Amino acid sequence: MARMKFLADAERCIECNGCVTACKQENEVPWGVNRRRVVTVNDGVPGERSISVACMHCSDAPCMAVCPVDCFYRTDEGVVLHDKDLCIGCGYCFYACPFGAPQFPQAGAFGLRGKMDKCTFCAGGPEKDNSKEEFAKYGSNRLAQGKLPACAEMCATKALLGGDGDVLADIFRTRVLKRGKGSEVWGWGTAYGKPDNPQAKPPQGAKS
Amino acid sequence: MSISGRILLAGVAIAFASFLSGCGERSQVVVYKSGKYQGKTDTKPWDNDPQSAPYTTSKWTRGDKTSWEVAIKARNQNQNEYQRAQ
Repeated sequence: MARMKFLADAERCIECNGCVTACKQENEVPWGVNRRRVVTVNDGVPGERSISVACMHCSDAPCMAVCPVDCFYRTDEGVVLHDKDLCIGCGYCFYACPFGAPQFPQAGAFGLRGKMDKCTFCAGGPEKDNSKEEFAKYGSNRLAQGKLPACAEMCATKALLGGDGDVLADIFRTRVLKRGKGSEVWGWGTAYGKPDNPQAKPPQGAKS
Repeated sequence: MSISGRILLAGVAIAFASFLSGCGERSQVVVYKSGKYQGKTDTKPWDNDPQSAPYTTSKWTRGDKTSWEVAIKARNQNQNEYQRAQ
């Protein structure tokens, strides 16, 4: 049974925000709502790390536990989704989520808070698959099209992996074994592996 | 039975019926069960026709969960550059 998960490789993320852009574009997320964002720690100093964060589709999701109207559900693939027709926008899920995934559109006067919006793993919601209603409320349903989340498939360095947890674990294990891990645990060599010929020098071009 | 006895019996019956009527009150608000999803049911991704999906390379049999999972796992390998480079 597939268990859909995200895996973010902090060694590879270059903080390009391509995943954020892909999510925005794919799901036409409104202004002020970021289903995905890139968090950087130790910004500007050697050893800085960036990681792409969104809903992690927890196996024991705290948002589901605290929701007073029980609008959350988990699909057979392990994706945590919610019904916006039931959501009352109370914000409990935001307080409960350790990743800050739930977002609330704020439009109108007095900071009006709308219904919760979050990453759907590009799996839409409880509407007819790939219908206009589903897209308007929840965004694209790529899983129903045999695709995987746009953020992970768009990631240039493949720092963000998305899909079946077992497959992701295999990919990441292979990656870590290939690139190794020594004292120099930061930089190009750690992220992509050592070059075949470290003594090689770039060709010297003639000056024009 | 005397008249007073009948009146007493009728009074007891009315009181008993009034007492029971309190138990028949229907809830006028939605009863939320903790841990139970209350929203609309969702359809399964493998119940869709793969031919209707635009720009996809995944092929599966409609309604067959196993074939959909195989297609997704195959597409997942596109994120494995060590395999793509081979």
